[in-house]
Amino acid sequence: MARYGMVIDTKRCVGCHSCVISCFLENEVPEGYTRDWIVEVVSGKSPDFRMELRSERCNHCDDPPCVFVCPCGASYKEEGTGIVLVHKDKCSGCKACLAACPYNARFINPKGYADKCTFCDHRVKAGLKPGCASTCPTKAINFGDFDEPGSELHRLMEGRVVKTLKPDAGTKPQIYFLL
Amino acid sequence: MIEITNFRNNHLIDPHLEIWEWPIAVYLFLGGLVAGLMILNGVWRLMNKQTDAPASTRMAPLWAPVLLSLGMFFLWIDLSYKTHVYRFYMTFQIASPMSWGAWILILVYPAQLLAIGIATEIKSFKGPFRFLNLPIAFLQAAAFGKEKLIAWLNITMGAGLGIYTGILLAAFAARPLWNTALLGPLFLISGLSTAAAWNLLSKPAHDEEKTLVRWDLALIAIELMLITVFLIGLATGPQGHQDAGELLLGGSFTATFWVFVVIVGLLLPFWLELREVTGRFAPKWAAPVFVLVGGLALRLIMVYAGQVSHIPDVEMLSGGF
Repeated sequence: MARYGMVIDTKRCVGCHSCVISCFLENEVPEGYTRDWIVEVVSGKSPDFRMELRSERCNHCDDPPCVFVCPCGASYKEEGTGIVLVHKDKCSGCKACLAACPYNARFINPKGYADKCTFCDHRVKAGLKPGCASTCPTKAINFGDFDEPGSELHRLMEGRVVKTLKPDAGTKPQIYFLL
Repeated sequence: MIEITNFRNNHLIDPHLEIWEWPIAVYLFLGGLVAGLMILNGVWRLMNKQTDAPASTRMAPLWAPVLLSLGMFFLWIDLSYKTHVYRFYMTFQIASPMSWGAWILILVYPAQLLAIGIATEIKSFKGPFRFLNLPIAFLQAAAFGKEKLIAWLNITMGAGLGIYTGILLAAFAARPLWNTALLGPLFLISGLSTAAAWNLLSKPAHDEEKTLVRWDLALIAIELMLITVFLIGLATGPQGHQDAGELLLGGSFTATFWVFVVIVGLLLPFWLELREVTGRFAPKWAAPVFVLVGGLALRLIMVYAGQVSHIPDVEMLSGGF
């Protein structure tokens, strides 16, 4: 059993959008849509400003509301990997999962079904990292198994301030950001 | 100072969710109206057996399946994968309110058809509706002697349908405006009120009309109370709920909410019906029409405003890093 997730170092991210482009090419994401994206947060008081750059995507939550609300059983958390996926053949396009996601990580594919980041599950099953993690030139995006003892992900988090997005939502995201 | 720039620009997602539009609001409105028609019919059958109520017990059962089918049509046109509509009925997802709703929508039909069966006042149709005589005779035979059971069936199924239209939205924790347990009762009471209004426009008998107006007055009063508690809950809740409340209390949906839902949909018909009850002049069509307008406006505003509301980013809560 694995629990796949990501640790993303915001100090290493330079906002180059390589992750977005690699996802676009790897998954044939329809034009005008994106499964991952960059968020830039600037805060502070002049002259002391700080900038945080984050590569964001579906958080593959441990308690995924998109899965619970799906009336067709199309959204599911994959046994053995914890990756949240969509059976496009079962999807009716009711959009309940889009409304349920606090991160607005899903969209409706022009073909009619709900679409989102899959952690490139086809690559993961072949023993490869997701496209975004492979492409990231600064190694800001780190993919792995949180349940693996001595995992690289745990080592990266040691001694760092760590956060998840919208923890109040109670979804237990599996993407951690290093500040 | 804090500034968040999101480079995502997905259609119907950014800058805020716009996935559900007026067809969903119309579907919720019709669902609530049908739920109300079923409950009022059942209650009338149980409580006022002796009073003739052509609108509530004869016309309403005929309208209910037609309006529900119309509502389901609007639900269907909102699906982005229309040919996969059958997928709702290939499974039952116990944690999904929408799955419950999909099955409730199907299960209310037999209750509605049996309600037609106990509407024994329906004698025969003429002209183009002649073809209905045979199935109605069949339903009347099936329902014979089961009036009380069918009345209860309509009340329980109607209540399930009415509450579901609110719970459907309330289950979305990601949308603070919807995420309150009050939405179920609010939509149920509003549905009952719109059903009373619908019956008042369907040529009710004299005594039936007097009773319906009194019931509607009580329903409007309860609805006003629920809306007040709903707004207090938002205004005193966590930041996301406060922001959602702000949409109706000073933000972009304030004018439409207060004008169409509160004033036109609740206060004005309450005043008109109060005049009617106290024997003063009030145009009979006005209050029911305003109630129906208000019921539809409530669903429209809740559907649109709810999608604007969201759980705030943690940086916004802390005011920076």
